[in-house]
Amino acid sequence: MTDLSVKFCGVQFDNPLVNASGILGITGASLANVGRNGAGGVTTKSLWLSEHVGHKSPVIIANDYYMLNAVGLPDGGLEKAQSEINHFIELRREFLKDFKAGSNDAVGKNAQARKRKYLPLIANIVAGKVEDFENIAREIACLEPDIIEVNISCPNVESELGKPFACVAADAATVTRHVKKVVGNIPVTVKLSPNVEDIVSIARAVVDAGADALTLINTAGPGMAINIETRMPILTNRVGGLSGAALKPLAIKIIHDVHRALPNIPIIGTGGVLSGQDALEMMIAGATLVGIGTGIALRGVEIFDLALREMADWCEENGVEKVSDVIGTVK
Amino acid sequence: MNLFPSSVRITKVNKETPLVTSLVFEYPERAAPGQFVMVWVPGVDEKPMSVAFDDGKSITVSVAAVGTLSKALSEKKVGDVIGVRGPFGQKFTWKKGDRIAMLAGGYGVAPLYFAAHEAVKDGCTVDFFHGARTHEYLPFADRVEVLMNTTYYPATDDGSRGFKGTSVACWVEKMGDDYAEAQKYDLVMTCGPERMMKAVSDVAFELGIKALVSVERYMKCGFGICGNCVVDDSGITTCKKGTVMDNEEVRKIAEFGVYHRDSLGKKVNW
Repeated sequence: MTDLSVKFCGVQFDNPLVNASGILGITGASLANVGRNGAGGVTTKSLWLSEHVGHKSPVIIANDYYMLNAVGLPDGGLEKAQSEINHFIELRREFLKDFKAGSNDAVGKNAQARKRKYLPLIANIVAGKVEDFENIAREIACLEPDIIEVNISCPNVESELGKPFACVAADAATVTRHVKKVVGNIPVTVKLSPNVEDIVSIARAVVDAGADALTLINTAGPGMAINIETRMPILTNRVGGLSGAALKPLAIKIIHDVHRALPNIPIIGTGGVLSGQDALEMMIAGATLVGIGTGIALRGVEIFDLALREMADWCEENGVEKVSDVIGTVK
Repeated sequence: MNLFPSSVRITKVNKETPLVTSLVFEYPERAAPGQFVMVWVPGVDEKPMSVAFDDGKSITVSVAAVGTLSKALSEKKVGDVIGVRGPFGQKFTWKKGDRIAMLAGGYGVAPLYFAAHEAVKDGCTVDFFHGARTHEYLPFADRVEVLMNTTYYPATDDGSRGFKGTSVACWVEKMGDDYAEAQKYDLVMTCGPERMMKAVSDVAFELGIKALVSVERYMKCGFGICGNCVVDDSGITTCKKGTVMDNEEVRKIAEFGVYHRDSLGKKVNW
């Protein structure tokens, strides 16, 4: 059987698939359910220090070609994060115990999804000010997530917070430095925006500031969709981040470029992954972990189980024994 | 897949009660009882609404004017344009000839009226228990009453119409001492306030009758991706795996009848 496990910043993942932040990550039980469906690791929705109200609906619309979202990073604040992460850890304990006992409640039908040793938690944090990044990072680190992901690249809160930190190398580096100094040994990955002129220089600045890894990429744009009969933008926020199938070539190119420039920095690749083949393409470009978001709209939460099977089948057909061997092998 | 709102023109407006308005519009997709659509009033808001009827060409939604969106919808006139996505979610299902107890609380009557209307066509018989505070809050009563093979049992807290007490108490009384007549039901369906549905779920479970329960949570996307409508501890999205769920699944939802989550994901007790 193909070995689908990967090591990311020293953390062992049973397989490379994780849910992208913002997708099915509001509660501990939701994250555990993503794990039960086969994901190798799970990512929380962006966590704020205090309550943050999102945009009014409609906040997410999709068709076969793309998705547009401007949910606006709603969150209940630190107390909620503590309660949900602790609940996740409790449910994960049960989940792993059941696996060992052989009577697990995994939804996945294939052996790859059922073969579980661990379910790492990636806590995604966000703030409007540098000091608040430091404060939320310090608090979240106390809950001992396996990895902290720093969201400095959300494209749909600009009217409230201004240009994302990820758009200026020096700002991105400052946030990284402030987070790194308060999280101890927990690896930090910084989620970057594709909506910049030179992402490699921003990646380099973030890594020089201490980032252990990079998450590439957040949604593109923002874009806009107008309802022609009412002539109203459909999203209440008027604009929203663009994701889905069309984002993949953009993500592949960026992952490829950054991996070439910084070959020792592990990458969580996200953007338009709808299948196991897409995930493999992203790994060949240079990603170690692969995030799935919009794919869930098309194939349901069952996509993790389906994509794992597709990956395992491809590896078998192509004589790949360990999926980690394909990382960064683009010629 | 099209999860963008389609623009639809309202073809009919019915005032059901002073508070409840039904809007009818032609729609290209068909909806089954228990399913919902996302209704958008541009510039106001978008929210999930149960489908109150589908005649094969048009869909009806019924709204009680209690919030910003429902008030805006209540003021709509024939010819006005609104946005609609869906239908989404699971359906109420039955077998031919089933003897069904339906328990509706307040406005939960709309999807159950639709279910009864369709089920009797399949040779089912329906005992329809409908609870509300007073007789003024029993919309659709006249329509349920005239359905064939359906018996309507109104129940009001103040006794102003039908049984004095809850719909569940009315149902339990109907089954007689020690639930002697419980075996007359093959299936229970319920839609209404959650604590009322919890009571239905408990009784059906105790009597071993199959039950379908409509579990609703705060929804944003409607297609299982945002994760706002998940439940503890199963973590499933009610927009996709629900809202209509088998009671067996509902029994696993620890928060059912206890709490739900708001738009920020924070717990709120019922």
